Amino acid sequence: MSNKTLIVIGNGMVGHHFLEQFVASPAASGYDILVFGEEKQRAYDRVHLSEYFTGSTHSDLAMGTADWYSEHGIQLRLHEQVTALNPDQRSVTTPKGDYGYDELVLATGSFPFVPPIEGREHPHCFVYRTLEDLDAIRHSAQKGKSGVVVGGGLLGLEAANALKSLGLQAHVVEFAPRLMPVQLDTDGGALLRHKIEELGVQVHTEKATTSIVEGENARIRMNFSDDSHLETDLIVFSAGIRPQDTLARASGLSVGERGGIVVNDQCTTSDPHIHAIGECALWNQKIFGLVAPGYTMARTLAAILNGDRDAAFTGADMSTKLKLLGVDVGSIGDAHGQTPGARNIRFNDEQAGHYRRMVVSEDGKTLLGAILVGDNSHYDSLLQYALNGITLPHNPETLILPENQGGAPALGPDALPETASICSCHNVTKGDICCAIDAGCVDLPSVKAETKASTGCGGCTSLLKNLVDNELEKRGVAVNKDLCEHFPYSRQELFHLVKVNGIRTFRTLISQHGKGQGCDICKPAVGSILATCWNEHILATDHVPLQDTNDTFMANMQKNGTYSIVPRIPGGEITPDKLIVLGEVAKEYDLYTKITGGQRVDLFGATLSELPEIWEKLIAAGFETGHAYGKSLRTVKSCVGNTWCRYGVQDSVGMAIVLENRYKGLRAPHKVKMAVSGCTRECAEAQSKDFGVIATENGWNLYVCGNGGMRPRHADLFATDLSDEALIRTIDRVVMFYVRTADRLQRTSVWMENLEGGLDYLKQVVLEDSLSICAELEEHMNSIADTYQCEWKTAVEDPEKRKRFREFVNLPEQKDPVQQWTTERGQRRPVLESV
Amino acid sequence: MKTRTFWNTICTVDDLVPESGIAVWTEEGPVAVFYLPHRLPALVAISHKDPFSGANVLARGITGDLGGEPIVASPLYKQHFNLKTGVCLEDESVRVKTYSVLLDGNRILLETRETQQEAVAA
Ligand SMILES: Cc1cc2nc3c(=O)[nH]c(=O)nc-3n(C[C@H](O)[C@H](O)[C@H](O)COP(=O)(O)OP(=O)(O)OC[C@H]3O[C@@H](n4cnc5c(N)ncnc54)[C@H](O)[C@@H]3O)c2cc1C
Ligand code: SF4
Ligand code: SF4
Ligand code: FES
Repeated sequence: MSNKTLIVIGNGMVGHHFLEQFVASPAASGYDILVFGEEKQRAYDRVHLSEYFTGSTHSDLAMGTADWYSEHGIQLRLHEQVTALNPDQRSVTTPKGDYGYDELVLATGSFPFVPPIEGREHPHCFVYRTLEDLDAIRHSAQKGKSGVVVGGGLLGLEAANALKSLGLQAHVVEFAPRLMPVQLDTDGGALLRHKIEELGVQVHTEKATTSIVEGENARIRMNFSDDSHLETDLIVFSAGIRPQDTLARASGLSVGERGGIVVNDQCTTSDPHIHAIGECALWNQKIFGLVAPGYTMARTLAAILNGDRDAAFTGADMSTKLKLLGVDVGSIGDAHGQTPGARNIRFNDEQAGHYRRMVVSEDGKTLLGAILVGDNSHYDSLLQYALNGITLPHNPETLILPENQGGAPALGPDALPETASICSCHNVTKGDICCAIDAGCVDLPSVKAETKASTGCGGCTSLLKNLVDNELEKRGVAVNKDLCEHFPYSRQELFHLVKVNGIRTFRTLISQHGKGQGCDICKPAVGSILATCWNEHILATDHVPLQDTNDTFMANMQKNGTYSIVPRIPGGEITPDKLIVLGEVAKEYDLYTKITGGQRVDLFGATLSELPEIWEKLIAAGFETGHAYGKSLRTVKSCVGNTWCRYGVQDSVGMAIVLENRYKGLRAPHKVKMAVSGCTRECAEAQSKDFGVIATENGWNLYVCGNGGMRPRHADLFATDLSDEALIRTIDRVVMFYVRTADRLQRTSVWMENLEGGLDYLKQVVLEDSLSICAELEEHMNSIADTYQCEWKTAVEDPEKRKRFREFVNLPEQKDPVQQWTTERGQRRPVLESV
Repeated sequence: MKTRTFWNTICTVDDLVPESGIAVWTEEGPVAVFYLPHRLPALVAISHKDPFSGANVLARGITGDLGGEPIVASPLYKQHFNLKTGVCLEDESVRVKTYSVLLDGNRILLETRETQQEAVAA
């Protein structure tokens, strides 16, 4: 029996979600699936469209890969618009031909409404819906100074923010007397307007545009019905959306009076083989302009096509929580209090810029709706009251009063019923989350991966985190931050104890704040903390037993018990004379020689007792320890920079040497790598380092918290066009903040990922000094740089320290018999007797 | 079969490093001697050879205690060995040899055994 054919028209968010649901269901094996998309790109996350202006690419926003489509046997025909439906023949027409179907799904979304204003075809007039629209806007903005958004609704304000981010003076022109007329009331709208104007966006309300003509001082002039006008270089229309029902209309399917393809609870149209989901569908006289209801329709339809007779779409919650131009806005349920008998409770703090309104039922027991402007911290609780019909407390106003004025604390996750919807995008309830945790999820990422909660619009993120933390805690999996059995503290807490109490030895610390003798977890961690705080020699008697063997013997132990030696070569710059010394020493001790990834030379195979002799020779030639053994700065890699390279704009080698000499020796929770590139061609691969510096025409761009290795992470751009001094000051602060707050063995990349508030928070701390600690961080770094000593120099000069390097203390001449050697490619390498 | 034990002077107190180990060469091979001034006994010794890597490195491990028992962590693959029994905490079927050590004045004495096959009447 040959397969039936399922055609989906529209490869947008809802169409894609439908495919995901459908291919995972049993019915999928009975269908060949064919998808038509009018846009050039595969489905992408339109909700986060604006991020396209702040660095995201199509592949960042894409919802599933090309491989995913082919793996599931889906034929995806992009850039092919369906031009007609032929329900009688059960086929669809495109410019390329006719295609037959057994079942047809319309997921054509909506299109932006452009009011019929004379002159609206001007080449610098745009809409804000697709990646192509954004490309066009970006292009037009390049030579413009100002831009106007027509429409002060949710999308309009988002577009205004986008114009601002493109460097334009942004205006919003709204026909209604206030912003966001659908979601907000007069007071809320007024507060929002005030806040947005403070951010430099000019708001013009009660303006009806009558015509668009060529401008005098800018490209375009907009004339208004009150005879005023406004000149601008580009216009973005955001005056609402209309369901894309053209095909349905032309083929005789039922459509609504004001547009929309009529569907029943099963998402089926007036033709039993044609279904419609998402923004193009009209259910119960309602269009849903949000992604979550579209996803619910997609799930319903997938169930219907699998023969589930009970599946039904029963409407959806249209509450929204947004940050518009950085201003919190929330609107829940019956925000305007249209339910008969509804009562209003308002809280308005003009000083703080917070407005909250609750709409409660006549008996005061249930929450019908709410409006929030300026502060969304009450949103999650209020939404749960409204969605789940939870009985309001006796004095419902406490829910929106600030806590210090008798306000009730937020509704804790415990108060929610099992059926409470946590994530409406993916229809995940509290019960689902609890099941996932019971089935073995032990943290937020695994819960997200398992349930998909919080992977849609992201509005439920903070609620989900609270719930997961709370449930984990109840099950006793509260993440134990204790360092080990000897210290009931995290590394950060221990750092604090050491610093504040001036503790200088492990013994004092463990006797005052821990128990037992310590172990290989806490000893090196404390050793590193002590080294950072007081910068004493790591071979001081008190510190020796704290160190890992690599730190103790200041070399890297290899598999047969011998060591490798890595002298410092700052910035990878080395004179021929020094290079010759390395060669001579290597030859004398028969050391296997290899160039490292960090632009240095690694000499392998030295025995414990040879280490001090070898270092004597290296030090005499001017070498210093490279700290390749320590949790500390490794290398600062550099490209050759503008002294030689024809593209270079700064002296990257010079800067690398300065940085390497400043941070060498600093003890950190884990190793730290840096790199400096002389121009954006990035030959030093700085963006894969903990600290990456890239030269610009005006100075240096600093990237932080990148990583190569096992879990690569692209570094985040932290600051731009820094002078030499500002660069060093900024790195001082970030590195010291990392050293003080990271967990043991936490690289900067993981530290950043776990830092509450992330990159923005780090910027506040370091660039705006929000914790008032920058002076202290700099001073600390200065004192470490000032007290730097080459550990090897100190060690070889001190006979007591040298004693440590005897292979066998009772027989200095005895060679270790297990260290056997063979020759390969002209060099010595170990053979280890089998164990 | 008869076992004779010998107490050999292996080093002096000055060679020890508190809370850490040193290696000595004996007839039986390399031995790691640890000095734990905050415990009793303060001197313990085990084979210097790490059974997992075959390398002579145990004296260079970090010492401490786990669950109250004195331990050393192998510097190569980080397994822990009980310094009193020689048993590996991660794999109890693995055990390194333990030795008795004594402090005699300034000298450190290590006990080694020499097993002699007795003449068997043919
Ligand atoms: C800037 C912006 C911000 C938004 N923010 C939010 C938000 O914060 N929260 C929220 O819930 N929602 C938000 N939305 C709305 C959300 O993006 C939509 O609800 C969602 O994309 C609807 O999905 P859909 O699949 O129905 O339509 P769409 O994603 O529009 O997909 C429809 C697709 O069908 C294609 N198509 C149409 N006709 C044809 C044809 N004849 N042949 C072939 N292909 C065709 C279209 O080209 C389009 O690619 C936002 C929208 C925008 C533009
Ligand atoms: S990063 Fe730029 S300056 Fe450095 S080597 Fe490459 S091209 Fe030249
Ligand atoms: S990649 Fe693996 S094998 Fe190579 S040096 Fe690193 S740890 Fe050793
Ligand atoms: S509500 Fe949208 S992601 Fe959860």
